[in-house]
Amino acid sequence: MRRVVLPEIGTFEAWRDEARALLGAGVPPEEVLWHRGAAEADLFAEALPPVRGGAVTVPKGFVDLARLVVWHRDPERFARLYGLLWALGHSRGLLEDRGDPRIDRLRRMAKEVSRDRHKMTAFVRFREIGDPAATRRRFAAWFEPSHYILELTAPFFAKRFGDMDWSIFTPDLTAHFDGFEIRFAPPEARPELPDDAAEELWRTYFRNIFNPARLKIGAMQAEMPKKYWRNLPEAPLIPELIAEAQSRAQAMGEAAPSLPPIRAERITERLRAPEAPAPVGDRDALLSGLAGCRRCPLWQNATQPVAGEGPLDAPLMIVGEQPGDQEDLAGRPFVGPAGQLFDTVAARAGLKRDRAYVTNAVKHFKFAPRGKRRLHQSPNSGEIAHCRWWLDMERQLVRPKLIVAMGASAAESLTGDSRRIGTRRGALEHAPDGTPVMVTWHPSYLLRLPEGARSAAEAAFEADLRRAAALVAQGEGAADTKGA
Amino acid sequence: MTRLTLDQKLAILSDAAKYDASCASSGGQKRDSRDGKGLGSVTGSGICHAYTPDGRCISLLKILMTNFCIYDCAYCVNRVSSNVQRARFSPEEVVTLTLEFYRRNYIEGLFLSSGIIRSPDETMTDMVRIARTLRQEHGFRGYIHLKTIPDAAPELIEEAGLYADRLSINVELPTDGAVKSYAPEKDPAQIRKAMADVRLSREARKERSFTGKRPPRFAPAGQSTQMIVGADGADDTTILGTSTRLYSSYRLKRVYYSAFSPIPDSSAALPLIKPPLMREHRLYQADWLLRFYGFELGEIASATKGGNLDLEIDPKLAWALANRQRFPVDVNRADRELLLRIPGVGTKSVGRILATRRHRTLRYEDLRRMGVNLKQARPFLTALDWRPRGLDAADLRARFAPPPEQLQLL
Repeated sequence: MRRVVLPEIGTFEAWRDEARALLGAGVPPEEVLWHRGAAEADLFAEALPPVRGGAVTVPKGFVDLARLVVWHRDPERFARLYGLLWALGHSRGLLEDRGDPRIDRLRRMAKEVSRDRHKMTAFVRFREIGDPAATRRRFAAWFEPSHYILELTAPFFAKRFGDMDWSIFTPDLTAHFDGFEIRFAPPEARPELPDDAAEELWRTYFRNIFNPARLKIGAMQAEMPKKYWRNLPEAPLIPELIAEAQSRAQAMGEAAPSLPPIRAERITERLRAPEAPAPVGDRDALLSGLAGCRRCPLWQNATQPVAGEGPLDAPLMIVGEQPGDQEDLAGRPFVGPAGQLFDTVAARAGLKRDRAYVTNAVKHFKFAPRGKRRLHQSPNSGEIAHCRWWLDMERQLVRPKLIVAMGASAAESLTGDSRRIGTRRGALEHAPDGTPVMVTWHPSYLLRLPEGARSAAEAAFEADLRRAAALVAQGEGAADTKGA
Repeated sequence: MTRLTLDQKLAILSDAAKYDASCASSGGQKRDSRDGKGLGSVTGSGICHAYTPDGRCISLLKILMTNFCIYDCAYCVNRVSSNVQRARFSPEEVVTLTLEFYRRNYIEGLFLSSGIIRSPDETMTDMVRIARTLRQEHGFRGYIHLKTIPDAAPELIEEAGLYADRLSINVELPTDGAVKSYAPEKDPAQIRKAMADVRLSREARKERSFTGKRPPRFAPAGQSTQMIVGADGADDTTILGTSTRLYSSYRLKRVYYSAFSPIPDSSAALPLIKPPLMREHRLYQADWLLRFYGFELGEIASATKGGNLDLEIDPKLAWALANRQRFPVDVNRADRELLLRIPGVGTKSVGRILATRRHRTLRYEDLRRMGVNLKQARPFLTALDWRPRGLDAADLRARFAPPPEQLQLL
């Protein structure tokens, strides 16, 4: 039988070295007795033969498990870990077996240590022990953890409180931090820490952030077990808060509504004063009308309506289907991926985007939510018909010489004809009032095509835009000659 | 008027802040002060430093800058027509409280909100100043959550996002109609636009510039919102529909549901009721099913009673009872999607089942060790040594629901 004594500081590293040597020497778990003793204890109760067969490899996850379990208060923890390490040599997949009782036990121990560690990061309460005006202020705390977790947890405090000195005293170990390193020292008797005025403010906060109408004592104790209460400055308030809760909530319920203070009426009146009358007949009228549009239910899910953009004397109007995800967020048409493709192709085709008015047949984004995404949905005929009101208003404002209808929804809105685009593309059709309408693909259709099919369709789209640009130039040229 | 002490102000302005449900400090950008040049750290997973007897966690110093407010929202304790005592912190007081609480390990950081004074822009300017002072003058590296004011100028929100880990804007109530009637000064359209702006700013700052440099992160812990439940007549399906829309449209990290709770000096417009805490709990459960368990809104809605979730059993169990033909599920064969549908089996257990299944066939006792709630799951699954009975029993629901309250003989 071998006796291995591990130090109280640096326990994990010592256990790891010992276990590695024992495993290398082929010492089975039942022949080892593990102890954790005073730091000066002899590490090698019995000299071990040198490690054979080079480095010991363990499955991923074992080291993380051991790093936690060594700090558990269970006296058998080192033996359990070595037992598992030994077993892993025969079945590598053992660690993944969440049904194995040995693994289950060790994982639960790891969880207990990890929870204790987490609660320590939460419930340590520092008191100021130095001069508040000093460049490096000094704080100290007394804490009673369930397991031997100070060494494991101290780095958290060093990272968090980098600009101050602190000491944490526990019944098992003490830690001091001076800005450079964490120093561990043997335990001391519970120190008398001076009163700290901030604790009174903290208690005021604790008392007032509590909502007496929602008493849930079980939920509180599940997360803040009573064993921690005696070192929490706020905990003495808990009994009285619970005792008064019901009567406080009841008093709120029974109190009759009071009369509002006089200043309230003045402020509310000013805030609710009617705004300037709605504008009529121009783009502002369009925007304000659109903002309140309830002609169909699409407004309910969208962020905002998206009106068209461009010069109001543009000879060319481009009409797409509806705003997409990006357009809905930005409140501007054609800023998403389809809009960018349109810009690229239009530039190649010599179509001046800044001389065109771009808009959509439907002004609100229609989509189906899917997790963190919004899936585009095509508007139906009813929605297109309701929204034609706004498209007609834009056409009245701009009076374009030519309209390019991109995609089936735009074509349907402008011509009343809902046939597929494939058979109509490139032809010149007419709106009921006689305005020529060129029908072409919607750029988002091009984006959905597979790589091979896309270049041909994109070329056709470009040709259509080129022709539209030429028609507009002709028309403007004709107008100029007429004018001259 | 006598001047209030810091302690008195803290009492008033924390009391005024407690109706905001969120106290989360998770998801921030990881950082620390080990270099000794500042104070604070963010570990990514948030810490609850205390719990009040309402079972809520205290993670952040959650306060209002001021509870003076020019708005008149019927459900709010701070509305202009309420007679609560008013107070106002100076920006320096907020900074000091945050730092001194932080140094003593009481909190993870600051959650700052405010009533609207004078104008939304002025209020937001003061809030941004507090966050900037903490970050720049005091090297504060803890967590900051700012409740943004939807009507404030976009530049101010832009700046807020540079100092804050999280921004939030409350939608307040589940429908636009309810906002119009109970919060007449608030504009639902403006609230949506503000959330859209936050999402756009976050996405714009995720892209590298041409030089390959990353711009400073914008609200790295994302945005969240809160809805009050039980003040208006909206049913649970409507509420969850609104959440679904918000998650997909603005990539929210969380939607908080806050059971409408009695407030001091309440308005005559809203009757005071016992807060519907169980309803709030069921909504959170359904929200989880939608986000992490692959449920569709329609599926959850189909298992409701007239649009409202069953208060006696959880929504996953309710769905399973209404869809018994899909059970029992074989834990040794079913794919992840189907495993997630079994009542009493959580996402973690599913991961463990899948990992262990690669090595051997699972038995009933294995499931217990994997964290499965067998009392709930038992009728809905099969394992190597387990075949359930009574899945089609008429009283299956009754076995899970709490027993009806017994009448007592006088």
